[in-house]
Amino acid sequence: MSDLSPDKARAYWARTSGLMWTMLGIWFFFGFVIHIFAPQLNGIKFLGFPLGFYMAAQGSLIAFVVSLFWFASKQNSIDEEFGVAEDE
Amino acid sequence: MANNTKDGGFIANLGKIYGMYTGGFVAFVIVLAILEQLGVSNQVIGYLFVFLTIGVYALIGILSRTAEMGEYYVAGRKVPALYNGMATGSDWMSAASFIGMAGTLYLSGYDGLAFVLGWTGGYLLVSILLAPYLRKFGQFTVPDFLGARYGGNVARFVGVIVLISASFAYVTAQIFGVGIIASRFLGISFEIAVFVGLAGILVCSMLGGMRAVTWTQVAQYIILIIAYLIPVIILSAKVTGVPIPQLMYGQAIEKIQALEPTLGVVKGHTATFANAKGEMNFTDGLNFFALIFCLMVGTAALPHILMRYFTTPSVRDARKSVAWSLFFIFLLYFTAPSYAAFAKLEVYQNVIGTSIDQLPAWVQSWGEIGLVGTCDRPDAAVRYALCQGVTGNNDGILQLSEFRIHTDAIVLATPEIAGLPYVIAGLVAAGGLAAALSTADGLLLAIANALSHDIYYRMIDPHAPTKRRLILSRVLLVGVAIVAAFTAAQKPSTILAMVAWAFSIAASGLFPALVMGIWWKRTSNAGAIAGMIAGYGVCVFYLVMTQFYGMPLWFGVKNISCGLFGIPAAFIVTYVVSLMTPAPSKEMQDFIDSIRIPKGEVKLARAEDAIAH
Repeated sequence: MSDLSPDKARAYWARTSGLMWTMLGIWFFFGFVIHIFAPQLNGIKFLGFPLGFYMAAQGSLIAFVVSLFWFASKQNSIDEEFGVAEDE
Repeated sequence: MANNTKDGGFIANLGKIYGMYTGGFVAFVIVLAILEQLGVSNQVIGYLFVFLTIGVYALIGILSRTAEMGEYYVAGRKVPALYNGMATGSDWMSAASFIGMAGTLYLSGYDGLAFVLGWTGGYLLVSILLAPYLRKFGQFTVPDFLGARYGGNVARFVGVIVLISASFAYVTAQIFGVGIIASRFLGISFEIAVFVGLAGILVCSMLGGMRAVTWTQVAQYIILIIAYLIPVIILSAKVTGVPIPQLMYGQAIEKIQALEPTLGVVKGHTATFANAKGEMNFTDGLNFFALIFCLMVGTAALPHILMRYFTTPSVRDARKSVAWSLFFIFLLYFTAPSYAAFAKLEVYQNVIGTSIDQLPAWVQSWGEIGLVGTCDRPDAAVRYALCQGVTGNNDGILQLSEFRIHTDAIVLATPEIAGLPYVIAGLVAAGGLAAALSTADGLLLAIANALSHDIYYRMIDPHAPTKRRLILSRVLLVGVAIVAAFTAAQKPSTILAMVAWAFSIAASGLFPALVMGIWWKRTSNAGAIAGMIAGYGVCVFYLVMTQFYGMPLWFGVKNISCGLFGIPAAFIVTYVVSLMTPAPSKEMQDFIDSIRIPKGEVKLARAEDAIAH
């Protein structure tokens, strides 16, 4: 953080932390919250799957993968905006 | 310098090299298929699969030999994100994921999905909380970070203890898995097979450390994913007409659900939070979520996974690499439930209710090696070990209650269920072997590096010359591997049960100290050390007392999920003790600031924490 003023450093960390909490929210929702409703979701059919089963076997996994690629690009654009991305 | 240009060429041509490798492997499988049609025996095909794949890994291991510290410990930090993702995928997916998980899903239905969720969702925690910052910190091992952040050797030593506790049982189980697969397909005794496997593991890692392990793990990922997908794709095409098992097993589940009432199944395949009688209840729900939580947090604390992200060229690549890792792991994990569903449908349709003398051939052949049991006759237990304690009604027809199947049988028997030639069974064995070898390599390296780098170099002799450090790393690697192989050769049931504990142990002992060290500047040395000891202590206490001394479960939580108590204990103790002790120095605050930002130098708080290359 060679050229970063304290104010800018604080703003950078606030944005980074904000993204962290958003991601933790996504993690908590697809890792836990949605599966609490599995008994109810199982009443709905999706491609033959009971939806509660589908979410645990595939739905949440897809959400995890997509959110991680989104996170990588989002954090990267924050880094670039504050000029703290590595230059190579 | 010559070395650098050669390496630069290698990295630039990775796509071409691994593309040719994949093509070569496919051609090899086709040649074996032709040989099989020409009458070459199954035994020979098994030998060719096992020895040629191990031979290729060995070749990569030898070509990647190195005498440089940075190459040995972190592969020179030039592994591109995509390839590091593949390497992490095979590092992560063990024999248990490859062979055992589909069987677990077969036997426990929805409950088993806790493993699928737990072993994938943890990568979110790796990426958002840890990997980019550990990469920026940029040293060799996870205990390096604990040492630099928490004032030196006490924290480092506690970290090493947790690391070894979590990893040793795990590596033993991998070598055990290698032994099982090699003995089954080579027709040699298990004890000898373990040492064949040991040679396969060492030749990949000894000469080239992390660099060799990285490039063999990429090669192993390619084989394991091909081997996992092919049989079930063909089976899906046969059963449903569409070769996309991940979408089509919904139909299989519909049929299973329709058959369950007529077969007298009390706990359905998709029953949620249910006990053995199929009744939904709080304790089973709690255990489902507790297991997911512990596996996820454990994923984000296992050193052999975290250290893979030390090898990327930049912080940016570390983040991208976690995403790729999860994608490559996802390919296997979202396929596993389809194995379970198709196998179950086959059993319900063609095995149960069939007369004993007309059972499908696969039931016979896997019964002979003890992975399936048909227990209709009163003396069935004599022929089938799995029938121990089952009393059949001797009516000549196989009822559901008379059928037993081992978890390993689901993936291994699928080629035969699909009516495929033996070459596909050999392919599956090669995949299982790749999964077990790659995980064993990663774990062994994590343990040996903790001993050679953290204990010897950092704590005993900080002035040791490079050459001696490298020799010692290799000696320790071989030493740890031999101890693990001897342990595995005893077939210790306790050790195997302990594998599942690794996640809770790592989660309780390491996760809170790592996360708080990055995200809460106020975390003091005393706080973190007390927190690690508390988390590790609570978890191990609960495990040992409930497993061996008959202590009743707390709130009915199974001991595999002891992290449910250990993780909060570690966070609370770290927090409280940190507030009771002085805040970290200005230098330490600057150090934390410097690892939070991708650009710029890392400002170590103490000069002696710097790494000498």
